[in-house]
Amino acid sequence: MTRPVDPERRAAGFIALELHESTHDRLVWGMRQNRDKAVAGVPEWEELREMASRIKEHTLTHLDHYLEQFEKSATKLRTHVHWARDAEEHNAVVYDVLNAHRVKSLIKSKSMLQEECGMTPYLQQRGIEVTESDLGERIQQLSDEPPSHIVVPAIHKLRTDVAALFAEKIGTDPKDSDPHALAEAMRQNARPRFLKADAGMTGANFAVAETGGFVVCTNEGNADIGASVPPLHIASIGIEKLIPRGRDLGIFIRMLSRSALGTPITQYTSHFHGPRRGGELHVVLVDNTRSDRLGSPDFWHALKCIRCGACMNTCPVYRRGGGLSYGATYSGPIGVILDPGFDLSKYRELPFHSSLCGSCTDVCPVKIDISDQIYKWRRVVAAKGLLSFAKRVGMSALGKTLAHPPLYHSAEAVGEWALEHLPRFLLYNPLNPWGKHRELPAVPRQTFRQWYIENRRKP
Amino acid sequence: MKLGLFIPCYIDAFFPEVGVATLELLERLGCSVEYPLDPTCCGQPMANSGCQDDASATEALFVHCFQDFDTVVGPSGSCVHHVRFNLDAIEQTPQAQKVRGRTRELVEFLLDDLKVVGFPWAAFPHKVGLHDSCTAVRGLGHARPSERVNEPYFSKTRDLLDKVRGLELVKIDRPDECCGFGGSFCVTDEAVSAKMGYDRVHDFHRHGAEYIVSADMSCLLHMKGVIDRLKLPMKVIHIAQILNGGPP
Repeated sequence: MTRPVDPERRAAGFIALELHESTHDRLVWGMRQNRDKAVAGVPEWEELREMASRIKEHTLTHLDHYLEQFEKSATKLRTHVHWARDAEEHNAVVYDVLNAHRVKSLIKSKSMLQEECGMTPYLQQRGIEVTESDLGERIQQLSDEPPSHIVVPAIHKLRTDVAALFAEKIGTDPKDSDPHALAEAMRQNARPRFLKADAGMTGANFAVAETGGFVVCTNEGNADIGASVPPLHIASIGIEKLIPRGRDLGIFIRMLSRSALGTPITQYTSHFHGPRRGGELHVVLVDNTRSDRLGSPDFWHALKCIRCGACMNTCPVYRRGGGLSYGATYSGPIGVILDPGFDLSKYRELPFHSSLCGSCTDVCPVKIDISDQIYKWRRVVAAKGLLSFAKRVGMSALGKTLAHPPLYHSAEAVGEWALEHLPRFLLYNPLNPWGKHRELPAVPRQTFRQWYIENRRKP
Repeated sequence: MKLGLFIPCYIDAFFPEVGVATLELLERLGCSVEYPLDPTCCGQPMANSGCQDDASATEALFVHCFQDFDTVVGPSGSCVHHVRFNLDAIEQTPQAQKVRGRTRELVEFLLDDLKVVGFPWAAFPHKVGLHDSCTAVRGLGHARPSERVNEPYFSKTRDLLDKVRGLELVKIDRPDECCGFGGSFCVTDEAVSAKMGYDRVHDFHRHGAEYIVSADMSCLLHMKGVIDRLKLPMKVIHIAQILNGGPP
């Protein structure tokens, strides 16, 4: 059995860094506020959500049809279409294509799917140099960390952290933490890599079954250079990215960046229809647990996700603990419901890294019932016997006590006696997590039940 | 109408005055209220941890104790939400369905069912911060969630507080941010929970609230723990206490 990720301990570490946590909360909440302002400018927002949700549901329930249609249309455009059952197959397909073209150096834009597949280490072990071209993603690559946010991968870092990192890795002045200077330094560092790359890789935000084209949304234009300069372009596309028609894009494009950053649209919304002149275009359609999820009545709706990150921005737990606390490819509320589908044992603690406030469900542009799914994953964890020892024993004892009124009322009395009589150091010790930052309530003279018996039941 | 009073376990143990205020308020409004002595809890603590098996006996006890009432009223959005939406660790017998369908949270019972127009006995000349709990807002639909920016704002709790003389509501920065209680989350995810509580309390404090009012005592229990640790000049108060004429 895999050792579980401990999101609570990791989050506590991030919070202990004080300035990191407060800056992170402020910036990420700022994105939520910008989203609110952008949505206020679209009076039909709730209708768009409903339409987007229905289009995704329709596509997912007819996925076999749309996948085959996409393959046919894409092939007509001279795109090579590959199929991959899982991460291993995806990586092997990509490597085979790269190897056939004798690719030594690869420039890639951000792709959560390629993260999910562990593609970069796979290719590096086989002698291919891989460079992330999205600034945040490049920062994460140089830090040897996964992205902490779907849209802004290095949002958990202070600019002084980035200055120190760039000083060490690309030789900038460690004292210069001006964001423009840092971005420019990385641009100068990355430019030659774009020019010498033998291949470019992207993900895809949407793949259109009708046309065989796909769309990549970025704010830096990095995907466009990566896809246009080298002669070979490979795109990894999860099978849930399909939408039926080109005209459906209008709904999703309007929602994506408004939900993510609160901007009307990403700086670049690039449509790829077949290879550029003299180039070659490959698409890898990847399952990697998606069809299993599609068969799950409780969890298939998670496949509607368009990876906007709005649920992260609104999540009070994510904003406090940071994205790396989830220890997984996907963080935040969407991560809590996606990650256990990949490895339940490893990610068994994630469904408990939530206060179940429900804001994620209300902010989701495609109406995924995220909060309900978090709740349901807790049941799955418990039913599979994967609850932590403390929770298992505690809940069993609590369940037994609360089921028997006399037992409960005597336990209540003991608890109250303890609160009243035990010395402070026993109540506020490291074994009592409540007392670390909060006071326990004072003990009343009598319970409500005792008051009621005394005042209302007496003859 | 036979009205059963449901006093959640933590109110029974730690805040009997909230139970008393709820009972007295309902009686003042002409309800005939009975408090059955046997219910302990709604089952939420176990069910929220995924432990359906551990929750079932407590849920069965709850249904058994309240099955003969026409309406069950409880001063807690979170517990009522569990009963209405998640009490499914037991077989859904006609009794279970009846009890679940008839369980009402105090605010909605006063506003939607009794249609109370005023609380002439209630005055509360203080600056008050309103904490609509997550389960009340998003679970029971008692207020417009902040995410739905294109719909007009409403809050049933606020509508009731508007009927109290002298009470002044303060505006805060993040109107429906979670306080971080979250049931067992408050101890299993201690650092995050406490930080959420600190931020929430500071938001109220910064805007001059003397009291934080809510229809959910569990959130107030959490924020009170923070206020007391930080020694801030603020208090928490359940809405039943204000509507019943203020604290003693």
